[in-house]
Amino acid sequence: MERRRILLCAGTGCISSGSLGVKEALLKELEKRGIADQYEVVTSGCHGFCEQGPIVIVHPEDIFYCRVQAEDVPELVEEYLLNNRVVERLLYKDPVSGEHIKNHLEIGFYAKQLRRVLRNCGVIDPENINEYLARGGYEGLKNALQLSQLEVIEEVKKSGLRGRGGAGFPTGLKWEFTYKAQGDKKYVVCNADEGDPGAFMDRSVLEGDPHAVIEGMLIAAYAVGADEGYVYVRAEYPLAVKRLRLAIEAANRHGFLGKNILGTDFSFQLKIKEGAGAFVCGEETALLASIEGERGMPRPRPPFPANAGLWGKPTCLNNVETFANIPLIFRLGAEEYAKVGTERSKGTKIFALTGKINNTGLAEVPMGITMREIIFDIGGGIKGGKKFKAVQIGGPSGGCLPEEKLDLPVDYDSLTAAGAMMGSGGLVVMDEETCMVDLARFFLTFTQKESCGKCTPCREGTKRMLEILERITQGNGEDGDLEMLEDLAVTIKDTALCGLGQTAPNPVLSTLRYFRDEYEEHIYEKKCRAGVCTNLVSYYIVPEKCVGCTLCARNCPVNAISGERKSPHEIDPSVCIKCGVCYEKCKFNAIILK
Amino acid sequence: MSKVKITINGMPLEVDASMTILEAAESAGIEIPTFCHDPELTRAGACRICVVEVAGARNLPAACTTPVSEGMVIETESERVIKARRVNLQLIWANHPQDCLTCEKTGSCKLQDYSYRYNVTGSPYKGETKVHELDDTNPFFFRDLNKCIYCGKCVRKCYEVNGAGAVEFMYRGFNTKVTTAFDVPLEESSCVMCGMCVDVCPVGALTPKQGLHNNRPWEVKKVLTTCPYCGCGCTYYLHVRNDKIVGITPNFKGPMKGHMCVKGRFGWDFVDSPDRLKTPLIKKNGEFVEATWEEALDLVAAKFKEVRAQYGADAIAGLSSARATNEENYLFQKLLRSLGTNNVDHCARL
Repeated sequence: MERRRILLCAGTGCISSGSLGVKEALLKELEKRGIADQYEVVTSGCHGFCEQGPIVIVHPEDIFYCRVQAEDVPELVEEYLLNNRVVERLLYKDPVSGEHIKNHLEIGFYAKQLRRVLRNCGVIDPENINEYLARGGYEGLKNALQLSQLEVIEEVKKSGLRGRGGAGFPTGLKWEFTYKAQGDKKYVVCNADEGDPGAFMDRSVLEGDPHAVIEGMLIAAYAVGADEGYVYVRAEYPLAVKRLRLAIEAANRHGFLGKNILGTDFSFQLKIKEGAGAFVCGEETALLASIEGERGMPRPRPPFPANAGLWGKPTCLNNVETFANIPLIFRLGAEEYAKVGTERSKGTKIFALTGKINNTGLAEVPMGITMREIIFDIGGGIKGGKKFKAVQIGGPSGGCLPEEKLDLPVDYDSLTAAGAMMGSGGLVVMDEETCMVDLARFFLTFTQKESCGKCTPCREGTKRMLEILERITQGNGEDGDLEMLEDLAVTIKDTALCGLGQTAPNPVLSTLRYFRDEYEEHIYEKKCRAGVCTNLVSYYIVPEKCVGCTLCARNCPVNAISGERKSPHEIDPSVCIKCGVCYEKCKFNAIILK
Repeated sequence: MSKVKITINGMPLEVDASMTILEAAESAGIEIPTFCHDPELTRAGACRICVVEVAGARNLPAACTTPVSEGMVIETESERVIKARRVNLQLIWANHPQDCLTCEKTGSCKLQDYSYRYNVTGSPYKGETKVHELDDTNPFFFRDLNKCIYCGKCVRKCYEVNGAGAVEFMYRGFNTKVTTAFDVPLEESSCVMCGMCVDVCPVGALTPKQGLHNNRPWEVKKVLTTCPYCGCGCTYYLHVRNDKIVGITPNFKGPMKGHMCVKGRFGWDFVDSPDRLKTPLIKKNGEFVEATWEEALDLVAAKFKEVRAQYGADAIAGLSSARATNEENYLFQKLLRSLGTNNVDHCARL
């Protein structure tokens, strides 16, 4: 008898919300009921819908249970596994229709996705190479090895694949440069130093489908003529490191890595190098310096890594998601691959949806989809029914796009033209309660802290930009501040050494471009419309609405609120520390921000 | 060597294809400012003061790291370039002590020179400034990190030329600083005090302790000479003021490219030391007494004769010094052999 398969998500998100406890409870419950031999309990990689974790899927009927906790397990086993009665309360509930949905493909979050790179994530056990093989794993490598090196490169060029790490450089071209570079030794390096705040697509791929990355690297190594490679992965991703290590061991055992791969002359060994926590090591030359044991500081380009990379040798360096696309090209064929996407941006892109959005998680979408579809159809719209204000795309190097840009097709060139960038695919959604000046300040704080300190404009310039933004948000903005910000931004973009510095002003420039009036309000009217900048807001009790319940006064930590019971209260602005407790506590919406 | 045709500031040039923009400009007598560039060190591209405008480029590339290419059209002093240089100078100024009046580096400071050249009189950027304690733990030079502009030349010189690797960048962002492993004072680090970092520091972050308040570059005469310490023959310039040595700068154009060791770089103050021997001394009644050369040489000759007569020539040995030249050492062994002994040796060995 074939065993039924129960998939338990064991991505980092679901593990944090308790999926390993669910697994333990499930195994125990199945044992207790004497039906353990009828079920195969598999821990998978990330499903992307982290908001709803821990996720449990029962096959073959594909019932999608979410937010399952260990204490739900007995009911799940009794009702569903034994009596075939779906446990409604554990199904996903559509936030709009309120309906319970059984199958995950009917959920809005998945319906508009095209999971090609993530096709194995959440489906296979990433620690079992046989599951990868059963889904066509390493077929791409076999196909590639039938071709000549140049034919492989040609195929990648034909696919139209562009680097998924941020800048969108054509992958085939990069491979061609490395292939043509003179050198007795060449390397392939995978950039898995994912550092954008809120971005976790590379982590999920490594955790959920590590062999796809290895296979992609193998094909690259064959094409460029490399026999050694590194995956530079941040040490803050212990699960990804562990699964990658297991996958490398398994690939070595199965003859996909090592000497004379699949009986050919091609040999390749792969090592892991763990990063030490510097954001700048996501920059390719800093990453290479870090592998060499140097301090992670960018080096001037040219020479580009394709010509002089790791230890001065020609090096093909791509990002996790880029490599994970490669097996697909060689399984489907470049033409088939390129059917998805736009004219100049082919294939799919994985986005990490975070911020004030209902469905936070990972979504893979075809290039050319609109931002509106991602945020409202897949993301389920804004939390709490609030109004959309802006979306930050591309992390600290990217930009903020307002409502009127939501119908832009999502591809490399449109986003860049609009002042944002694809970046690694972080998408932070903001509602009307986000202050755009404060947001720019947040990103500048990040880039300034993470600046390696090597070049003057980035080290000193982002510091001064940050100080100006801090002044503005504290209510000390002055006439001329915006011009000074723009001046600095232009010089930093013009003169910084590496991509981190050159793009650091983007969040400021894009918010200035689309939300300049908010900056001006902060400076000239000393007003923060979002009510975020505490120095610029004051709390006020509307006497007509206040019923005198005294709740606010009792909760005020500094006794700034006074008033008789059952009569309107007042806040003493000279005492108030603007903590917002009264605002949160009031049940009558009597407290407003001014 | 293949050549490429380029244009700098409207001037058509044909230069080696292997050159950087900076080298090409220098070959045509066009000076581009640099802080972090040193021809013998790895190209860092850190200070960004050498940025130039290249037709068709999105941003302003650094002249010191960007290779020339066929047909390149370069502007080294365009409005956009000057603006960028001014902003970067102002950014440095915003975080640099304003004590040029008394700074030891005044007159030979690149920050001062370029501020003058681009009329930067201060900084519009007000805010936090770094505060580091002055490191004066070693006998030879001060390390004032408040004046450091992070060009990294000291780091590269120490690692790539000396090999000591005593200093490196530490921390990130605004808190970045150049310091020793574990941030200990230089005296406790692997620093060998060669002073080569001092000689490449473009500002007053590293200054010799010798010649303080007495070594303005326009008040000293620079005399090219050869170091007397060993046979390497390093040349350097003595800074002479009122017939006294007040400092040293290496001769970067000499055969040793300005490389020096702690003795040659800092060990010159014996010249005017009151303890210095100026005449031979002869011990009389247990005390050294000044004597003339004739007296001293006669005494030595007499003693040699005495020893040789009593114990034979092999009882005599001579030990020469690394401070003597090859020629002097040759003569020394000749002298010893004329006395009939082969016992001659030299201190320059480990």
